[in-house]
Amino acid sequence: MTLGRACLFLALAIAPTGAIASLYGARAHRRDWVAVGRRSVYALAAVLTVAFIVLEAAFLRSDFSFRVVASHSSHATPPFYKAAAMWSSQEGSLLLWVWLLSLWSSLVLFLTRHRLRELAPYATAVLLGFATFFGALVVFLANPFQLLDPAPADGVGLQPLLRHPSMMIHPPMLYSGYTLFTIPFAFAVAALIARRTDAAWIRATRRFGLAAWCFLGIGILLGARWSWSELGWGGYWAWDPVENAALMPWLVGTAYLHSFMVQEKRGLLKAWNVSLVLGAGILAILGTFLVRSGILESIHAFGGSTLGKPFLGFIAVLVIGSVALVASRRDELRSPEARSYATLSRESIFLVNNLLLVGLCFVIFWGTFFPLISEAVTGNKASVGPPWFDRYTVPLAIALVFMAGLGPLMAWRKTTLAGARRSLQAPVTVALLVVVALLALGVPGRLPALALLAGTAFAIASVVQELWRGVALRRATTGEAPPAALVSVVRQNRRRYGGYVVHAGIALLFMGVAASSAFQHVRDARLVPGQTARIGGYDVRYVRATSRVAPEKVTLGAVLDVSRNGKHVTTVRTSRGYYPSTDPTAGPVGRYFDGDATTEVGLQAGLRRDIWTAVQPDIGAMQRMIDGIDRRFPLAQGDTQGFLLTAVAQRYAAAPPPAVFRLIVSPLVEWIWLGGIVLALGGLIAIWPPPAARRRRAPASSWAARLGRELSGA
Amino acid sequence: MDPGKKRRARLRVALAAAVILAAALAYTSFGAASEARTPGQLMSSAKAGRSYQLTGKVMPGYRLRGDELDFRVRDRNGRASVPVRYTGAIPDPFRAGREVLVTVRRNKGGTFVGEHDSLITKCPSKFSAAKGT
Amino acid sequence: MQFFLVMLVLCGATALMASPLIWRSGAAGGKGAEEAALEAAKEAKFREIRDAEHDLRTGKLSREDHQVLDAALRAEAIDLLRRLDAVRGGPAAT
Repeated sequence: MTLGRACLFLALAIAPTGAIASLYGARAHRRDWVAVGRRSVYALAAVLTVAFIVLEAAFLRSDFSFRVVASHSSHATPPFYKAAAMWSSQEGSLLLWVWLLSLWSSLVLFLTRHRLRELAPYATAVLLGFATFFGALVVFLANPFQLLDPAPADGVGLQPLLRHPSMMIHPPMLYSGYTLFTIPFAFAVAALIARRTDAAWIRATRRFGLAAWCFLGIGILLGARWSWSELGWGGYWAWDPVENAALMPWLVGTAYLHSFMVQEKRGLLKAWNVSLVLGAGILAILGTFLVRSGILESIHAFGGSTLGKPFLGFIAVLVIGSVALVASRRDELRSPEARSYATLSRESIFLVNNLLLVGLCFVIFWGTFFPLISEAVTGNKASVGPPWFDRYTVPLAIALVFMAGLGPLMAWRKTTLAGARRSLQAPVTVALLVVVALLALGVPGRLPALALLAGTAFAIASVVQELWRGVALRRATTGEAPPAALVSVVRQNRRRYGGYVVHAGIALLFMGVAASSAFQHVRDARLVPGQTARIGGYDVRYVRATSRVAPEKVTLGAVLDVSRNGKHVTTVRTSRGYYPSTDPTAGPVGRYFDGDATTEVGLQAGLRRDIWTAVQPDIGAMQRMIDGIDRRFPLAQGDTQGFLLTAVAQRYAAAPPPAVFRLIVSPLVEWIWLGGIVLALGGLIAIWPPPAARRRRAPASSWAARLGRELSGA
Repeated sequence: MDPGKKRRARLRVALAAAVILAAALAYTSFGAASEARTPGQLMSSAKAGRSYQLTGKVMPGYRLRGDELDFRVRDRNGRASVPVRYTGAIPDPFRAGREVLVTVRRNKGGTFVGEHDSLITKCPSKFSAAKGT
Repeated sequence: MQFFLVMLVLCGATALMASPLIWRSGAAGGKGAEEAALEAAKEAKFREIRDAEHDLRTGKLSREDHQVLDAALRAEAIDLLRRLDAVRGGPAAT
C-alpha cells in the first residue's frame, strides 16, 4: 500500500525531472544530461513495475483494504478474473496505461541509444511529458492505492459481463496499441523540433508503429469477438463510440504505414506523414480518453467526469502544439525537388489508399462526435446510428479492399501498361468468377455485398499471385522445393511479403464481414419446450429448460437441438445468469432478478456458418412466485436463501414459461477472426528483425563494385 | 505537364473531394439524426407517427412479459419520464439506472413504442466508474 | 518493512538517474543525425534497387524502364555511399 503509493509519487517526480534533464541536455549539448533523461525513463519503468506488481498482488490476494480491489473483485471471483479485474477499474487501467507507456518508451530509447543523437532527447522529453500527465491523473484523480478502512469482508466482484477470456488480454492489447502510437508521435515531434525531417526517425520507429497497429488491430478484433460470443445482442460491431475510438487511430496508422514508404523511397509526402503520425498519436490519446474518462457512459453530458477536463486540456495542448509545430517547420517539410509520380504506380495507389483511410477516419470521427457537433450548431444533442455510418463506410471499405489488391500489383515509380494488364488478368478473372458463382448459386444480389466479396476475391488472388511469382522466380534460380522457396522468398523481403500477408488477412476479414452482414438470418421466436423454429434452413427445437443455482448467480437456460432436413446438426445450450443487485431493499430472491444479468450465448461456430442462440427467459411469468416468496421470507439468508432460490430454479426447469429466443445463422463469421490471425501473422513477419547486416568495410575497387557487394550482402 | 503543376492539380482534386465529403457528412448527419430527444423534450414536443431517438436512464420497476418489455425512461438530470413498450433484443447491461438509447414512435395512448431491436445500452467497460450505484 | 522497500526503490531510482553524471563515460559513441539520415536513405535506396529488380522480374516493369531506373538509382546510391563515408570520415574508396 505505502510502497505502491510511494512508487507513484516517485514516478511523478522522475518523469518531469527526466524531461527537463533531456531538454537541457539537448539545448546545452550535454550528453551526460541526455543520458540522465534516458535513464529516467528506465527508472520510471522500474518504479511503475513495482507499483503494478503491488496492485496486481493485492488483487490476487483479495486485499479489500484497497478500495479498487473491494469494488472490482471478490472472494468468489475466479483467480483468472481476479488478475484481469485490475484493468476493469478506472484506476487500474490508467496505471496499466502509464506502465505500458514506460515499458515501450524504455524499449525504444534503449534500441536507439547509439543512434538519433539529435532526436532522442526531445523524444524522451515528449514521452516523459505523456508519463507526467498520466502519472498525475493516476496520483491525483484516480489513485489505485486508496485505503478502505475498515476493509470490507468481501468485495463487489467483477462486472459479470467482463468475465470472458478475451477480457484478460483485450485491454492490455488495446493499451499497448495506444501507448505504442505515442512513440512515433514523440519522434515526429522531436524530428520537427530538431529540424531533421529526413527518413531517419521513420526508420527508427517504423517497427513501433507497426507493432502499435498490430496490437490495436488485435485488440479491436478481440473486442468484436467478445461482443459476438458473449453479449446477447448478436453482433460484433455497432459503431459504438468505444469501438470507434480504437478504430480511428488504427485507420490513420494504416495510412501512415503505407505513406511512410513513399517518403522513405522518394522523399515525398513529408508534411503528410508527419501530420498522420501526429494525428494517430493524438487519436490514440483521444481513444484512451473516450474509453477511460467515463464520458462515454454519458456522451451527452460531456465533461461531467473528473477526468474530462484535464484530458480535454491535454488534448487541446497536443492538437495546438502539433499544428503550430508543423506550420513552423513547413519549409523543412517541403519535398526536396519537384518530383512527381506516374498515375500507374504504387505511390499513387498508396496516395489513394491514404485519402480513403483518412476519409474513413474523418467519417467515423464525425459520427462519433456528432452529439457534440450538433449541440454546438443547433443546441440539440443528436446522435447518428449504424445506418448512417454504413452509408459512408461501406463504399469506402469496398474501394479500400480493391486498393489492397491493386497495390501489390503495381511497381514503384512507374508501371508499364502491358505489365499492369498482365498482372491484373488473373485477379480480375477470379473476382468476376466469384461474382458469377455467387449469382449462379442464387445468393441474393445485394450490390454492396457482391462488390465487397468481389473485392476480397480480387485482393486475395492478387496476393496469391504475387507470392506465386516470387516463389516461381526463386525456384527458377535455386531449384528449391515450393515450400522451401516460399520460406526463403518471404525471409528475403519480410516487409513486402509480411505486408502482402496482412492484405490477405484484411481481405479474409472483409469477406466475413460482407457475408455475415448481408446474408445472415435473424429470428426472434417465442417457444415452449418441444416447439421448433425454422431459420436459414435449420430447425431449432427447444428441448428442455435448465436451471442452476450457484452462490453468485442463478442461471436459467435452455437446451436446443439444431437439425437440417431432419438430420441432427448439433446441440447448443444457452442460458442467462442473474446476479444479485446490491440494493438492500430488494427481497432475498427478487434481488437476483433486479441486478445484472448476462447472456451465455449458445454458439456452434463453423467455417461455413455460425449458429448463434440466446435465450431470454420470461421472468415476468415467474414474478408472482418470486414476489410471494420475498413477502413471506423477507430476511432469508445463507442456506435458507439458497433453498428458496433452488426452489424457484427447479420450478423454472420443471414448468418453464415460454422463453424468447434470438436465433442467428450467420455465414462466414469465423473468417473475421481467422482473417485477424492471418493479419497478426503478417504483421509479425513484417516486424521481425532481419538477420543482422553483415558489416563489410573492406575498400572496394570501384563504387559500383562496392554498391553491388553491399546490395547483395546487406 | 511539369511535375509541380501536376501536383498542385492533384492537391486541388483531393481538397475538392474532402470538401464534398465534409459537406455530405454534415448534410446527411443533420438530416438523419435530428430526432434525439430526452424524455422531457419528448413529452412536450412529440408528434404522433414520427420517430425519435430517446435517450435517458432506465427507471427501476421495469417488467418483462413474454417478449414485451415495459419500462420508463427518465431524464438524466431531471424528473420527467416517459413509458416505453419495446420488443426485440434486450442488451445484457440493461437494468435500472443504466443509460439507454432507443428509437421510439408515439402511439395514441401516449405510450411510446420502441422500434424492434433498437434498444442500445452503452458498453459495460464504462460502468466501472459508476460502480456501486 | 514497507519503509525499507520504499527507501530501496527511491535510492535505486536516484542512483540509476544520476549515474551518467557521476561516472561520465568518455567514449563519444553514437551516430550523428546526418549519418543516421544518410543510412536511412541508403537502406531505402538499396531496397528500391532490389524492388525495381523484383518488379522487372515479375513483369511489372518493362526492360527499358528498368534500365533507366536502375541506372539512376545506382547513381544515387553511390552518391549516398560517398557522402556516408565523408560523414564517417572513414576510408574513401577511389
